[in-house]
Amino acid sequence: MEFSLRVNGEARTVDVEPDTPLLWVLRDELGFKGVKFGCGVAACGACTVHMDGTATRSCIFPVEAAEDIEITTIEGLADEGMFTDVQQAWIDEQVPQCGYCQSGMVMAVSALLDENPSPTDQDINDAITNVCRCGSYPRIRKAIRKVISERGAA
Amino acid sequence: MASGKKKLTRRKFLIGSGVVVGGGLVLGYAALPNQLKDIAARHKGEGQILSGWIKITPDNKVTVIVPHAEMGQGTHTALPMMAAEELDADWDLVSMEEAPGLPEFANQPLGEGFIVGDKLPDILAPLINKAFYSIAQAMDLQITGGSTSVRFTGQYGMRVAGAAAREMLVKAAAREWGVSANDLTTEKSFVHHKASGRSASYGSLVEAASAIDPNPTPALKPKSAHTIVGTRTIKRFDIPGKVNGTAKYGIDAEVEGMLYAAIARVPVHGGTITSINDGAALAMPGVKKVCNLGYAYAVVADKYWRAKTALEAVEIDFEAGGNELVDSDAIFARFNQELATLELEYDIDEGDVEAAEGRLIEADYAVPYLAHACMEPMNCTAWVRDGVCDVWTGTQAPLMARTAAAVAAGLEPENVTVHNHMLGGGFGRRIHAENDYVAPAVEIAKMTGQPVKTIWTREEDMRFDEYRPAVVSRFAAKLGDDGKPNAWKNRFSDKREPAEAPLIPYGVSNQSIGFVRSQSHIKLGPWRSVDHSQHAFFTESFVDELAYEAGADPLEYRLSMLADAPRHAHVLKTAAEKAGWYSGVRAGRAMGVAVHESFGTIVAHVAEVSIGDDGMPRVHKVTCAVDCGEAINPDNIESQIESAIIYGMTGAFFGEITVQDGQVVEGNFPEYEMVRLADVPEIEVYIIESGAPLGGIGEPGLPPTAPAITNAIFALTGQRVRKLPIRNYEFSASA
Ligand code: FES
Ligand code: FES
Repeated sequence: MEFSLRVNGEARTVDVEPDTPLLWVLRDELGFKGVKFGCGVAACGACTVHMDGTATRSCIFPVEAAEDIEITTIEGLADEGMFTDVQQAWIDEQVPQCGYCQSGMVMAVSALLDENPSPTDQDINDAITNVCRCGSYPRIRKAIRKVISERGAA
Repeated sequence: MASGKKKLTRRKFLIGSGVVVGGGLVLGYAALPNQLKDIAARHKGEGQILSGWIKITPDNKVTVIVPHAEMGQGTHTALPMMAAEELDADWDLVSMEEAPGLPEFANQPLGEGFIVGDKLPDILAPLINKAFYSIAQAMDLQITGGSTSVRFTGQYGMRVAGAAAREMLVKAAAREWGVSANDLTTEKSFVHHKASGRSASYGSLVEAASAIDPNPTPALKPKSAHTIVGTRTIKRFDIPGKVNGTAKYGIDAEVEGMLYAAIARVPVHGGTITSINDGAALAMPGVKKVCNLGYAYAVVADKYWRAKTALEAVEIDFEAGGNELVDSDAIFARFNQELATLELEYDIDEGDVEAAEGRLIEADYAVPYLAHACMEPMNCTAWVRDGVCDVWTGTQAPLMARTAAAVAAGLEPENVTVHNHMLGGGFGRRIHAENDYVAPAVEIAKMTGQPVKTIWTREEDMRFDEYRPAVVSRFAAKLGDDGKPNAWKNRFSDKREPAEAPLIPYGVSNQSIGFVRSQSHIKLGPWRSVDHSQHAFFTESFVDELAYEAGADPLEYRLSMLADAPRHAHVLKTAAEKAGWYSGVRAGRAMGVAVHESFGTIVAHVAEVSIGDDGMPRVHKVTCAVDCGEAINPDNIESQIESAIIYGMTGAFFGEITVQDGQVVEGNFPEYEMVRLADVPEIEVYIIESGAPLGGIGEPGLPPTAPAITNAIFALTGQRVRKLPIRNYEFSASA
């Protein structure tokens, strides 16, 4: 079946089964390989994208429900060759190790900070439940704090 | 900015083989320098090969070729740092390439480390027993594991190659200017002659320098002269691509005309398919083929979701040789029984533990199977056609992957090319390619006749991992009048590597450490820090028990037995002081300590815990002291220690793979739970540079993690955790 999607500001059409998870559509039909497969059951966050600005785990989101929603993947977060302040903080704090979870982390954190510019530690713990098997969490927390203080100062 | 990495292509590899010959130069192979010139001559214009693992081009750029995979441990940056330091290169002009999976890159410096007497991790020992140069090639020794990259490739390859290249450049300038090499200095990729004010870039000297024979034993810089190694200014090459989604992992490989496969193994490890009913699957949309591999089956389709959906419609019968009745209790019962009946082998048997006098203290410990749960599920893309095979994957051992692919494809290894990618987690999982993820993918591709990407579901990845062994370990000690053990007796049910993992640093005169090799049908493999992961828990818990039995402070008790292990003592004291061991903790909390040496590095942790309202312990802080000899990239050491502590916490708190009806029960998160952001303690890392030989850093932070936490739990609750994971216990803080 054909579905019309809006991904990173562009209109795209795909021809897949209606129950196909958005994850596989984004990766294999549209080539957004930065969206990662980790668990397939919404338990790790590796596949996190923004849907109308809200962090969403795309591995259980059927493509048929994704029409008429503005989808942003990690590739669409910043302009080509640029980094957002969240991405830059990730570089400054040398957050990623294997890096496989980090697309999802960056997307989850970006959505959180857009919704809530000054989250408490508890807010951060509640919102960022993504798994990082490499344990980059201490640096993730540092990088989040860095963005919060920089945005506050701006 | 130093530029990022790119892969060597086949064409460029020809340069690579010259480079490796240069690596051989490090070993002092007399024949090799000529060969080096030979190859350099054949490839004029592509940049001269000066030595080892370094390429310098006329534009003054330096490329360092790294024969190890990047899985987050920072090797792709730490090794170029070591080469660039000795070369006196301008870091901003340095980039790296990962060596392709070809035997010329077999890790000779690893063997060199062995020969010059550094302890080679036993994980690699079976692969090296004679002349390592040929053996390394024959046995596929291009491994990233055993915390070896910096210790061996870095120490014996990168540093020596960098220094040799610098010497050649200096000599070339001296000849050209008609001055003495002693009057020249180097800085940031330039040679200077102060007296005459002349300067030349390395790039401009490349041609002249390549005519000079490399010195296999160049002088290395003193640490005080370092400007790259040991500083905190270097950012990892691989990080920018990991924050914007452009880093390419095995799962991201794209090949023209590629199909997708979903795979399922026979549910019982080691079982075999006796019949397969694939009619329904074959009728589903997009399905091209159903493959019966005997030990597994797969559906190949034009889209992954179609393959995965159709896989669920395949039915099999299988034969499991009686293992379909086995469960976890039976496995542990077997270990306990065999510990009493099988013949013992010994790691150490000194003095007479039976005859020694003292108060007998006994305790039995156990740990379960653990999955690696790499964030990137296993996957491999393969294409077998016209007598050749290409493999796209992420592997810690590209040459082993190559051999596995060759066997599966029915080809010679030289007709197989492995295109290695970033690894979405390694931890030992991506070392053993035997019949694991590479071989099945190649078999499937061969049956299909087209390029196929096979992706394991998380459930398949979890249930058919090669696990950290489940082990039981029993102790008996005899305490003398001074409270110190006169005898230390340890018996355990599984033995892999490194051999020294169960040894204790403490001075105990009668010691008997013996084991049997109990087995089950569950597949095992190396898991971050290998046998150290369980033995540090066993030994550091039991010594803690002895301290309490002796009525002593657990830190002082350990220190009093470390007269002959000053590095251990120093690390312990440092961690304790920084943690505030002597000033006490706030009400409702307690501290526990543990120290353990692995891969040449000694780590002590002090963990501070409380018990939450839910009865579960909460770790507030881990203070770590680490002596790895020398700090190459301090920021990365901290990050690896943080990583190892959190990996260790996941194992200690949650990790448990159980078996029922012969099958692994746990299939996905959160059933196999992970530490998440909310659970993460404050972590402080203190690096001690003792000047001892370089130790590893990817693994040694893990082993003391579990015992530091469980010792703290005991201090707080009086409850001793003798069988992991912690979450199977209930605690109250009142004791
Ligand atoms: S892959 Fe979607 S949450 Fe894990
Ligand atoms: S960086 Fe490896 S899983 Fe997060």
